[in-house]
Amino acid sequence: MSNIALHIENLSYRYGERYALRNLSLDIKEGVFFGLLGPNGAGKTTLMSLLTRLLKPASGEIGVFGYSLSKHANEAMRHIGVVFQQSTLDLDLSVAQNLEYHGALHGIAPREVRCRIQQELSRFELLDRLHDRVRDLNGGHRRRVELARALLHRPKLLLLDEASAGLDIDTRANLNKHVRTLCTLDGIAALWTSHLIEELHSEDQILILNNGQCLAQGQARILQNKHKAKDLPALFSQLTRPAE
Amino acid sequence: MNALAYYYCFVGILKRETYRFLQQRSRFLSSLVRPLLWLAVFAAGFRSALGIAIIPPYETYISYEVYIAPGLIGIILLFNGMQSSLSMVYDREMGSMRVLLTSPIARAYLLVCKLLATSLVSLFQVYAFIAIARLFEITPPLMGYVYLLPAALLPALMLSALGLFLSSIIRQLENFAGVMNFIVFPMFFLSSALYPLWKMRESNEITYQICAFNPFTHGIELIRFALYGQFNLLAFSVCSITTLVFLALAIIGYDPKHGLLKRKSGG
Repeated sequence: MSNIALHIENLSYRYGERYALRNLSLDIKEGVFFGLLGPNGAGKTTLMSLLTRLLKPASGEIGVFGYSLSKHANEAMRHIGVVFQQSTLDLDLSVAQNLEYHGALHGIAPREVRCRIQQELSRFELLDRLHDRVRDLNGGHRRRVELARALLHRPKLLLLDEASAGLDIDTRANLNKHVRTLCTLDGIAALWTSHLIEELHSEDQILILNNGQCLAQGQARILQNKHKAKDLPALFSQLTRPAE
Repeated sequence: MNALAYYYCFVGILKRETYRFLQQRSRFLSSLVRPLLWLAVFAAGFRSALGIAIIPPYETYISYEVYIAPGLIGIILLFNGMQSSLSMVYDREMGSMRVLLTSPIARAYLLVCKLLATSLVSLFQVYAFIAIARLFEITPPLMGYVYLLPAALLPALMLSALGLFLSSIIRQLENFAGVMNFIVFPMFFLSSALYPLWKMRESNEITYQICAFNPFTHGIELIRFALYGQFNLLAFSVCSITTLVFLALAIIGYDPKHGLLKRKSGG
């Protein structure tokens, strides 16, 4: 298996005549926390939809651990865990029922699913909420359940689309820390998309996207130096500022 | 993925549909109240106005209530199919459909599982109705209850497949009223649910032809014949072919190539 968790090459997508993504290329290695930054409408959610097969690319190639998403979609999808921007939990079902459903959709035996649910909920300190209806959980807990669910089938690539949107500062920071720990301890690669610059560190690998195009890619600190920006927010603002 | 993984997947989808059904008690009650109202009120009013001649599968004169019972089972299946379509559109708008569509299991298989699960859940409602219908002297032979299972399952699959297809083309929940006006009501009223087809023919040949062409008519006739221990080959064939056509259209509709989740703009 390739140690490149995600390989994207010349990926483009159009809504009618308008390009939402144009010739995007990037590689994410195993165990790397990769930040995808972009203002609203930059193309982040479109990219996530392409990576999860909800949309089909106009052109370009996506590979997940060496499996082409167009040719070996099911193999590729086995390695991906996703947390969408919009909550995808079934509010009327319990935490356990939501997770069991996810396990079944990945073809995991019910006994094994129950065992993994215990492990994942323990990790996120949610075991006591196992039988609570999702509707009764607060936003932070729901996000943690979504992250636990995304990890249930033991993916090696985690896609997080604005996963911290709508959360308070502490919860956001905790979620970010959790994902970074998963990268360090479990070797999971994470693609973290956000428009909140403070969620990324200067050591992180980042890509700045605007109007569907890659403006800069590399380690945040190196990009700052290259563009003579004093910090990451300054770099982001410098690159995404509309031309006068 | 081995065969067991596909089995677990089906069981998981069936469990989810069952949990959701059990959570929505009002949905269960309304699915029963609707046909029971037809039976208790509509049929009582029309029984004297409508004479039912001896037509297959009946071997004697029957009451109007007995005649419309299969049609009312059809109502349950029809509304259940549309309810599942509505819930899929809702799931898509709310985002939970993405969980299903991002599974590593083949999308066509997932849609078939969803179809089967929805149909099996609607059979609970059918049996609850037919049990209560005994109070209205609708008492088919005991074996009829056994034959009803596969006979109701096929129209249930057909109507759920229609619902699945509709959910793939309906962009917003608001458009659902159109489905009720232009699909559900015409499908129900232009069928043999409430009146025998020969009565339709007596009044208007064109209406009769439309009713005879309507696949819902064949679903009802399949159930009607099965309740009295008979097999209607024509009804079975029409239902089977229609199910496959709607399912194929739904699978195409949910293919990302055809852009189920395409929006005019994206972030």
